[in-house]
Amino acid sequence: MELTDIIVKFILVFIIFAISLVIAMYSTYAERKIAAFFQDRIGPNRAGPWGIFQPLADGGKMFLKEEIIPTNASGFLFIAGPSLAIMTACIGSAVIPWGQKLTIGSHVIDLQVADINVGVLYIFGVVSLGVYGVMIGGWASNNKYSLLGAIRAASQNISYEISMGLSIIALLMVTGTLSLRQIAEQQHGWHWNILYQPVGFLLFIVCAFAETNRTPFDLPECETELVGGYHTEYSSMKLGFYLFSEYINMFISSAVMATLYWGGYNYPGMDWVLAHTGPAIGPLIGTAVLFAKIFLFIFFFMWVRWTIPRFRYDQLMDLGWKILIPLAIANIVITGIVITLIK
Amino acid sequence: MNTFYFIAFLSIFFSILVITAKNPVHSILYLILTFFTFTIHYILLNAQFLAIVNFIVYMGAILVLFLYTLMLINLNKESEPAKSNLVKIAGVIGGCCFLVTIIASIKALGASPAVVLKDPSLGLVKNLGKVLFNEYLLPFEISSVLLLSAMVGAVLLATKEPKTT
Repeated sequence: MELTDIIVKFILVFIIFAISLVIAMYSTYAERKIAAFFQDRIGPNRAGPWGIFQPLADGGKMFLKEEIIPTNASGFLFIAGPSLAIMTACIGSAVIPWGQKLTIGSHVIDLQVADINVGVLYIFGVVSLGVYGVMIGGWASNNKYSLLGAIRAASQNISYEISMGLSIIALLMVTGTLSLRQIAEQQHGWHWNILYQPVGFLLFIVCAFAETNRTPFDLPECETELVGGYHTEYSSMKLGFYLFSEYINMFISSAVMATLYWGGYNYPGMDWVLAHTGPAIGPLIGTAVLFAKIFLFIFFFMWVRWTIPRFRYDQLMDLGWKILIPLAIANIVITGIVITLIK
Repeated sequence: MNTFYFIAFLSIFFSILVITAKNPVHSILYLILTFFTFTIHYILLNAQFLAIVNFIVYMGAILVLFLYTLMLINLNKESEPAKSNLVKIAGVIGGCCFLVTIIASIKALGASPAVVLKDPSLGLVKNLGKVLFNEYLLPFEISSVLLLSAMVGAVLLATKEPKTT
């Protein structure tokens, strides 16, 4: 690998990191505005025009609040919890292909940090690691509500990981590869995987809601039962990290859903656009399309949050084990039969 | 090679911490780190699939369950059963015997030459799948039956016995 390649990768990592943080920041603003719209209110409108500096004000507030570490909490793990949560949220973006190869002059830039041939499994591994941040933080707080929240998070994540994995297996049977770059390339134009795997996508999006602890599955931080859930004892920026990691997770899972099922950076008529704009601008339009899809998914996450009430805990487990897993297995079997018949 | 020695050192270091940590939850966390170093070992061996599966299954699922159970049963000094001196002496003698056996067996062996893989890309998903589903199909399928039987056993243990009246 040449020095220029390393520098380009470094810049790419930096840009992706910055974009995910900024999107997470403005997701908090969007969430409040959308909530206000759904409830016929105005929402934040004081900081800047239409309140667009509200996230900065919130961030400043988070930094300036007093740091509290409870006396009986185990000190190192109490800090390690939120750090781990935000770290696992950030590393997921490494394997997502953000666009076609960009050609500037003689340079070919790959708009993906790492094209590993087990990309889908990497995403899955990062998702399964995400629960440690919540568990360690909840346990280290030495508080019964926190512990209950942490335990709920763990059992919920493990239950929904199974059906998520099974829904991905059906998709992999269609695509025949584990590399996200190849999966994206196969969906060239309008051959999006959603056309072949609608049930798989439905399963995946339900599991994505559960894995990111979003309503209607936000039982780990259910404030009517558990005060604040796993982050009851947290204050200041450590609390900010937990809340922030939820929004980053939302962004990353939207990107994964867009890439796996909704064609990623592909759109109908992309060949025509690419031929007319040239290899330096064309791929960037694809990236813009990908981000449009991601924003739609983020809006969908928020739409559901302000529409559907929270599940009860036994309903959550029933849905996971008795409906989603059998449905996912049936999806795999039917996909297998159809593939064999077509061949 | 240096990377290998560094990671191997970390593996042994964390696994020693697993058994010396006073708090059971801390010891599970060290176990997680130990498994993470194993994942790096697999990557160094170019076995990407094995690495990521070790990551998902061991770190992501099994150890979460370990941690989950330990957090629930809440072990601490008061609830820990006191060990009698007899058990301690028996443990020391047993450990010494084990150490002697290991030292003897290591002395009997010569240093093995470094293994050179015939096909360095064997660990990639495609090649691994081809080998598993062509050459080793029968053992692979039988191992899945083994897992099924374990699952049936667990369900059998969990169901309550019907009342005999």
